[in-house]
Amino acid sequence: MNDVWQSDWSMMAPEWIVLAAAIALLVIDLALPSDRSRRPLAWGAAAAAALAMIATAAMIPAGSASILHDTFRLDAFAKAFKLILLAGGALALLLVAEWAPKEGSPHRGEFAYMMLFALLGAMMMASSGDLLTLFVSLELLSVSSYILAGLRKTAPASNEAALKYVINGGIATAIMLFGMSYLFGLTGTTNLGGIARRLQETNEPYMLALAFLLLLIGVSFKLATVPFHMWAPDVYEGAPVPATAFFAVVSKTAGFVLLLRLLVTIFAAAPAEGRDPSSLLLSMQPVITVLAGLTMIIGSVVALRQRSLKRLLAYSSIAHAGYLLAGFAAMSWAMIDSLWMYLLVYTLMNIGAFAIIAHIVNETGSDDLDGLAGLYRHRPLLAVALGLFLLSLAGIPGTAGFIAKLHIFIGLVVTEPGHYVLAAVMAITTVISYVYYFNLIVQLFFRPTFTAPLGRLPAGLSTAVVLCALGTLAIGWAPGLAYDMLAQFGHFGDFLP
Amino acid sequence: MMFLSLLVFSPLLGIVLLMFVRKTDERMIQWLGTAATVPPLILALFAFIQSGRGFRLERLDEARDWVRLADLPFLTDAAYVIRYELGIDGLSLVFIVLTAVLATLAALASMLVKTEKKGYFLWLLALEIGMLGVFSAANFVWFFLFLEVTLVAMFLLVGKWGGFERERAAYSYLLYNGLGSALLLVVIAVLLARTGTANFALLHEMLHNPAAEGQLIAPLTEEGRRWLLGGLLLAFAVKLPAVPFHRWLIRVHVEAPPPVVMLHAGVLLKIAAYGMIRFGVGLFPDEFRSFAGVLALFGVINVLYGALLALRQRELKRVLAYSSVSHMGVVLIGLGALNEAGIQGAIFQSVAHGLISALSFLLVGVLTHRMGTTDINRLGGLTKAMPLFSGYLLTAALALLGLPGLAGFVGEFTSFLGLFQTKPALAAVGALGLIFAAVYSLKAVLDITFGRPRDRQEAVMGWREPQASAVSICEPQTSGASLGEPQGGVVDLQGKEAVPAFILVALIVAVGVYPQLLAAPLTAVVETMMNGLGG
Repeated sequence: MNDVWQSDWSMMAPEWIVLAAAIALLVIDLALPSDRSRRPLAWGAAAAAALAMIATAAMIPAGSASILHDTFRLDAFAKAFKLILLAGGALALLLVAEWAPKEGSPHRGEFAYMMLFALLGAMMMASSGDLLTLFVSLELLSVSSYILAGLRKTAPASNEAALKYVINGGIATAIMLFGMSYLFGLTGTTNLGGIARRLQETNEPYMLALAFLLLLIGVSFKLATVPFHMWAPDVYEGAPVPATAFFAVVSKTAGFVLLLRLLVTIFAAAPAEGRDPSSLLLSMQPVITVLAGLTMIIGSVVALRQRSLKRLLAYSSIAHAGYLLAGFAAMSWAMIDSLWMYLLVYTLMNIGAFAIIAHIVNETGSDDLDGLAGLYRHRPLLAVALGLFLLSLAGIPGTAGFIAKLHIFIGLVVTEPGHYVLAAVMAITTVISYVYYFNLIVQLFFRPTFTAPLGRLPAGLSTAVVLCALGTLAIGWAPGLAYDMLAQFGHFGDFLP
Repeated sequence: MMFLSLLVFSPLLGIVLLMFVRKTDERMIQWLGTAATVPPLILALFAFIQSGRGFRLERLDEARDWVRLADLPFLTDAAYVIRYELGIDGLSLVFIVLTAVLATLAALASMLVKTEKKGYFLWLLALEIGMLGVFSAANFVWFFLFLEVTLVAMFLLVGKWGGFERERAAYSYLLYNGLGSALLLVVIAVLLARTGTANFALLHEMLHNPAAEGQLIAPLTEEGRRWLLGGLLLAFAVKLPAVPFHRWLIRVHVEAPPPVVMLHAGVLLKIAAYGMIRFGVGLFPDEFRSFAGVLALFGVINVLYGALLALRQRELKRVLAYSSVSHMGVVLIGLGALNEAGIQGAIFQSVAHGLISALSFLLVGVLTHRMGTTDINRLGGLTKAMPLFSGYLLTAALALLGLPGLAGFVGEFTSFLGLFQTKPALAAVGALGLIFAAVYSLKAVLDITFGRPRDRQEAVMGWREPQASAVSICEPQTSGASLGEPQGGVVDLQGKEAVPAFILVALIVAVGVYPQLLAAPLTAVVETMMNGLGG
């Protein structure tokens, strides 16, 4: 017990900040008279996330370390991905601050601190070095997310979203736990590094493969990739827009954190069956490749037929998860690098798009893509910003989306033999995605407007839009900025314990 | 030296200034938009003249740090460093001059565009930046970046300012070219991943110097290289376009605003030719040999198919669209010939067709403005009302059919000459296309200028009774009607429109009479390529 108290708790400073802010906001929300606006709470939460981001950034130069019996690891990977998670969280909280739906909802207070709790779960996940902490933080993220999805209490769609989310999430969790039980059964430990070491001595390739597949399926729920992607469109559509943005960005990033922490740490060196004795992870490459291909195809093809902006972005986010999974399937040395870069860019361009959609939904009460029609005529700057995010999502050069996509492409073809089929699928689905992204651009710039002009963008949303637009442009034209930052993480050389 | 950056990005100044102009101030927008295309023109001509005097273009090379994608212990310091690199040689310079000239002329011709002029000029200038950048880039990533700038700009220009079916045309442009670009991106990614560089010169070094083989990050087998070249050629074949992929070109030619088509047919199609020459012949000369036959075959198919379909069209824009398909086939033929004459012919043909199609679409723009239609069935006897216009149209037709002394002849003649040397049978079949070209271009133009409208009821201007129906449809221009005499409400080519037409005709004649004008800067480049091809 003694060494628990002697641990270097300062390593958890970002987590403490988020936790303290969440609890403080919870208490303030309780104490505050019900007729007072909860808007400052969300601003406070965003500030806390930004503060935690600064704290994380301050820790970058320090080497990798772990505390609490190696259940909490602070390596380059944890820091790098926490930065993205916190950036996404802070930006999403800006959206929460300006959430003003037509039907009216007095529950904005819990919106802010539930999101902070979810963020805390995601951060802990990035740092966990043990199945137990991993699972507990995953649940913290998931349960908070279920609540976020159902926050529009009076809207049937929101209730439906929450219910679907809970049920799907429950199944996925069960599957994942089942997979974890195999690992524990085979090794007798819950420590990720310990499991990896002991697995090298075992000779149970089939049982291990089963465990791997179960975990992969479980993780695919958080990623919203095939086979667990069906919940995403319904949940995205029903949930309030800031929560949707949170699921699309922070939850997805957390999912990839989980994927890397769990599957790579444990299986990278685990023995595999067959003539290729390299590792179980490599032997599972074909499975991941197929899943990535299917995810890209389903995401981008189904998105073609969507009329609701939120559903459209849901399918688009499925397609993007497919690109990310392709980067994972490549398993080249560029893997974690390219995933980090893509997730960073993905966060910026998605939150930017969601911020503008949040404004449209706030003002018109609908998220039909007709709402964008003629936006350029009465809000030219807003239209140009959304156009920029859409071009970035489509991966057009001059925006951040291109650089990130190029990195994934490079990862796909740098290995010998290269994953040419996957690269081709990615290229073709990218072109398919042009259709729906440019369709929105057509709405923005070509079509006459039907609706009354939108009001001015409120402060929180415009902050988010400006930050995201600057980031998207800066990384697009001067990618060195982001890559210099990435270089500080030393290509995640200390990832494997 | 920032010369090339200045050249490429100088239209940006116009974009920034345009933002401060009021939307309704159309005169100012037109003036500023045109003026913004002048700096690159001056710089390009300056470089052209200087290089003619023996200035070494390599001295214009620029490089700046941009991004380093990976920094791993087992990589060399130069690996995965992508720099901002511009650099030109004679080949790029020819296309840069073509771009700069046509951009200015297209901006002049844009005076007929009336709706949302400000946005139009913003994107036209962006398109120019993209085109200039494509030809100035010295590395694949920046080449691709500029290429996609043109893609987005064209999508918006066609989709917003085009004709009746503009959005459909814009989408088909986007999808075909997007697919081509995506394929190109995969090829670029493979090259970049395996060699660690995207710079053309370095890539050439890595691919051809046996000593550099060891520096490859992952091997590039013989077969792999063939696939890469195949991908590259296919990507550019979509953009050229070669025949099964030509649908988008027809739509864009017909629907896009004529000044945009001037740039599209004049420059954008040539990017594909440029790409095939620069990357196909330049980077993979050995592998290129095995594709030469296929290229020549597709070239002949293009020539014949385009010409035969052009014969059947009764709409001037469609005639010109199919003639573009046919003429781009000549480029393929030149490349497929795989000898000095062929490659030179392909480049000549690209430039010549750029000038001729720009002239044609300049005139199409005027015709659409005056008559409201380009339907040949509804037009006839224009010589009377618009003698000057008819004269230019006839010149365009003569250039199109390859009359000796005009630019088109030089390109076609040299290309076919090249192919006759290596594949005479194929060349003989392809040469039939030249006869068709004479038929379709003269038929279309003579019908419009001298013939009587077939469709008398729908005729825009009756052959015998020029005043009968013209007034109701045409909007006569009242200002400055000095050059053309108004007849039946139809105004002939006017001063401001005649200037670009005159310049284009002058250029077409100049290249036709004195091809050395083009050949001079190209000699060194073509020679280097022939050395690479080993012949």
